Amino acid sequence: MDTSFRSNEPIYLQLMERFKLSIASGELLPGDKLRSVRDLAIWAGVNPNTMQRALSELERDGLIYTQRTSGKYVTEDAEIVSRVKTELAEAKTAEYLRYMRSLGLSSDEISAFISKKEDENANS
Amino acid sequence: MPILEARSLTKRYGSTPALSNVSFAVEPGRIVGLLGPNGSGKTTLIKLANGLLQPTGGEILIDGEKPGARSKSLISYLPERINVPLWMSAAELIKFYDDFFADFDPARAQEMLRNLGIGEKMRIKEMSKGTREKVQLILAMSRRAKLYMLDEPIGGVDPATRDYILATIISNYDPSASVIISTHLIADVESVLDDALFISRGEIVLYDSVDHIRESRGKSVDGVFREVFRC
Repeated sequence: MDTSFRSNEPIYLQLMERFKLSIASGELLPGDKLRSVRDLAIWAGVNPNTMQRALSELERDGLIYTQRTSGKYVTEDAEIVSRVKTELAEAKTAEYLRYMRSLGLSSDEISAFISKKEDENANS
Repeated sequence: MPILEARSLTKRYGSTPALSNVSFAVEPGRIVGLLGPNGSGKTTLIKLANGLLQPTGGEILIDGEKPGARSKSLISYLPERINVPLWMSAAELIKFYDDFFADFDPARAQEMLRNLGIGEKMRIKEMSKGTREKVQLILAMSRRAKLYMLDEPIGGVDPATRDYILATIISNYDPSASVIISTHLIADVESVLDDALFISRGEIVLYDSVDHIRESRGKSVDGVFREVFRC
């Protein structure tokens, strides 16, 4: 895991975001077992309490669940996974649009940028 | 009960104040950064907790008691300077620690030496400064202590070793134990800390959780530190 964190935001929120991305992108699959809090903390280079907080919040949001004896697992609820994907996509889109608008670009111009880039990527 | 508590703690060297009326408590299970510029009182505070200095006023309590035989059995202390016999080999030091501390786990120390590629037969005096620091930290972290007090544990090591050391601190500590790490290299330790205790000229200027500092101030602890201690 990339161990750099943005400086202006609590680390547990950034950890949550990375888990969400892993789940939405299929890097973590429904029903996958997560490693122990301590292992995950070492892997991410963070304090175990911080990792625990991130996991608890994810659990509250329904993205992971705990099986009392055997550990934590990724949700098997496809609806939740698709909701997370939508959330992440919307957030990224909003961020992108803010940036493009700050450059003074119109909706049409922004759409043109996206189409042009997609064409380039398709041809490369 | 807090594992460490300072009550109106004051220490003067002659007429020079090193700590002035400092009060705070560290609960079990926390990793606390003791953060401040050079000469701010970090080492004085750690030495007072270890009974190496006597307070001029106020008191410092470890698990509710003044420093003494019991507190020494609870605290694993990593001093800023090397405090082990230079003629000993790593293996002899492990034996020495095993004889001296009931909570010392030799297997753990041996494993960490192997992971860092340090030969047990090597004598301390033959080691580089960085390797000596690693050996001392390994010894300190191989105790099953209630409180680890690490005075500048990452000062002289390279970034890869620093990452290993921080991972060691995270993986070795038991959730009911606390760790106090004194350092001025805040960006390096920030992600492993629960709480940050800022000390300046012998006084506490900020004591808060890292998450709350980031949430309320919109910047990292390192950023806040640079602001508070701007020269």
